[in-house]
Amino acid sequence: MTGPATSGFSRRRALAVAGAGVGLAGVAAAGGALAGRSVQGEGGPAAQPGGAVAFTGAHQAGIVTPAQDRLHFVAFDVITKDRARLVAMLQAWTAAAARMTAGRDAGEIGAVNGVPEAPPDDTGEALGLPPSGLTLTVGFGPSLFDGRFGLRDRRPAALADLPRFPGDALDPAISGGDLCVQACAHDPQVAVHAVRNLARIGMGVVSVRWSQLGFGRTSSTSVDQATPRNLFGFKDGTANLKAEEPDLLRDHLWVQPGDGPEWMTGGSYLVTRKIRMIIETWDRTSLREQEAIVGRTKGSGAPLSGGGEFDEPDFALQSEGAPVIAEVAHVRLAHPSSNNGARMLRRGYNFVDGSDGLGRLDAGLFFIAYQRDPRTAFVPVQQQLARHDVMNEYLRHVSSGLFAVPPGVTGGDDFWGAALLA
Amino acid sequence: MRTPKMIALAAAGLLAGGGLAACADESGPAGAPAAGGPIAVTASDTACEVARDTVDAGTSVFSVTNGGTKVTEFYVYAPGDRVMAEVENIAPGLTREMRVELKAGSYETACKPGMVGKGIRSALTVSGSAAPLTEDAALKEATDSYSRYVKSQTAALLDKTREFVDAVKKGEVDKAKALFPVARTYWERIEPVAEIFGDLDPKIDGREEVVEEGMEFTGFHRIEKDLWVTGDVSKSGPMADRLMADVEEIVAKANAETLSPLNLANGAKELLDEVATGKITGEEDRYSHTDLWDFDANVEGSKAAIAALRPALEQRDPALVATLDTEFANVEAALAEYQVGDGYKLHTELTEADKKGLSDAINALAEPISKVAAVVAK
Repeated sequence: MTGPATSGFSRRRALAVAGAGVGLAGVAAAGGALAGRSVQGEGGPAAQPGGAVAFTGAHQAGIVTPAQDRLHFVAFDVITKDRARLVAMLQAWTAAAARMTAGRDAGEIGAVNGVPEAPPDDTGEALGLPPSGLTLTVGFGPSLFDGRFGLRDRRPAALADLPRFPGDALDPAISGGDLCVQACAHDPQVAVHAVRNLARIGMGVVSVRWSQLGFGRTSSTSVDQATPRNLFGFKDGTANLKAEEPDLLRDHLWVQPGDGPEWMTGGSYLVTRKIRMIIETWDRTSLREQEAIVGRTKGSGAPLSGGGEFDEPDFALQSEGAPVIAEVAHVRLAHPSSNNGARMLRRGYNFVDGSDGLGRLDAGLFFIAYQRDPRTAFVPVQQQLARHDVMNEYLRHVSSGLFAVPPGVTGGDDFWGAALLA
Repeated sequence: MRTPKMIALAAAGLLAGGGLAACADESGPAGAPAAGGPIAVTASDTACEVARDTVDAGTSVFSVTNGGTKVTEFYVYAPGDRVMAEVENIAPGLTREMRVELKAGSYETACKPGMVGKGIRSALTVSGSAAPLTEDAALKEATDSYSRYVKSQTAALLDKTREFVDAVKKGEVDKAKALFPVARTYWERIEPVAEIFGDLDPKIDGREEVVEEGMEFTGFHRIEKDLWVTGDVSKSGPMADRLMADVEEIVAKANAETLSPLNLANGAKELLDEVATGKITGEEDRYSHTDLWDFDANVEGSKAAIAALRPALEQRDPALVATLDTEFANVEAALAEYQVGDGYKLHTELTEADKKGLSDAINALAEPISKVAAVVAK
């Protein structure tokens, strides 16, 4: 077992930083308690965990926004056949999302200001909490374009159903969906509050198909963020796309003019995979083998070929006639150089859904990746990994989602999906 | 059957509404019938022939003869399925009279052979002058209308409970099993009224795990357990007698109450809560699995309460009325998928997807219904 002293890394440090943030948020909230939830200026720096992230913009928030610490991801089925009701709900969702991301109640009246005979139009559990960096990001699944709403010819080519990958153990009940909302915040209660209120607003129009809670972001999306660790104990997302790399984001993340369809310009494609980790057998694996499987050291995250965490791996380096980073190491198979330069913006979270019937931790990675076109990004990378990655012995892909994430709303009458549905 | 806390809330609601009830003048039986004598209604298992399709405003008398093989019911509905009058439990071969006072407007008549579904409908036009109701009058009419509903349901509850109890005491297990969901239908339609009497509700409808310590497990579900689990009712006679006595007591109390419009609004919502928490999960009728009968009855009861409020709601929030009409129709259509003959599939025959679909439909209705109370209280 690796001791804290040898790894040179302190788990406590990350916890202490998060704790300080919560403390600050509490102070900020105290002054505004009676007036409803404290409202901070939109576009406030997300580096302050309590602050608000601007809801409007060219792109939806929650993609290059520095990854918050908590996730509640939800997928919906649309249960109405009435396109006008779907549009009205998306308008209501957009208005509620604008309010909630600014730290206000979901409804115009609020959790405690209505008449006593009426159920409140906000559920109330976020009263007194700051905006907490809440972002709400909506996406449209392939099944929305099945003809129920006259959208068949508007389905993007890039929203092609994912192929079946070797080893997939997908459960349809927790896969897919007509719509999704990714709620990220620094406070889990704020994220859950947002999803709960959107689901309530949607009753009769949408039905929750599945949802997933996540914690401990497993990727950094900004150079200001330290690389976090997944539940295998390794740093994850070192080579991620980052907010400070506009050329790479243009080439690999955002749908560009001419990519088509026009309503997706400025948007991105989202792939989710719930990846169960077989934690107990991984924990019995030697440090040398764990590092060989990943291709990086467990302590610093440096490639096995040497250097520091952010130095490029040297896949050609040999030792005693064999590559130092194995042909089947995760870092090699997932690397852009092995995938025609494919890059994604990963934004995953750890999950622990308690334990299973055998007493094993029901845990793993809720993988989230945004990209300009999954056909040239997630699909070839996952084909490569599914066929060759030695890590697969410790992984089960149990759910899969694919969504077209439209561009951001611009304010006024604009709403989520307006360019698609209006 | 809900938790004691919710019963307490319901009781508080009743007290708050008590003032209104005291002011409402008891409308007695309708006045002298219009000329021309009773209107004959010939009901069968497949037809419902009403001798006239236009009547004058005022009191009409319908004489309903059941020539079919199934027990039937006869209704006069105002728009939105607001029950203006009904006669329940007309056995084959019987003739029953029904008096109803109708203002000018468009109505529907309906026979319900087998006592399920929307029934066999015909249009009925009432001619004469009709002044629009004032808002206060509309609310008063709501309470009067719902009182009529409670009276008709409690009468049928007494009849069917007696038949059920008799079958149990005679050891007629199959007959008792067939009557169990039918008798409960009348109970479930008016459950929010019954729940006002907090001590009687658990005696009649308590589930085994809800019964408090020191209290005996009695009522419908105790006998349900005997019928379905052991199939032995040889010792169930005293339990059946107690059920009958408790039902008689609650019926007398229920008919002495007049619910306020706010009680009706909350009752309509609570009935859907019952469906969402007890029926979709199969907790209510865990031995017989006849939960969908109760589901249907709860929805009908909710619809009756909303229908009673309809004139007032139409004045105050017509868009909400339109939404409720749509969602009630969706729930009825969803439930109709599982109708088998005059009954329903057993809960154990439903798939997870079936239950999700029913749950979605109830949620879609319950959210707008939760807004009714504030509209009524305006």
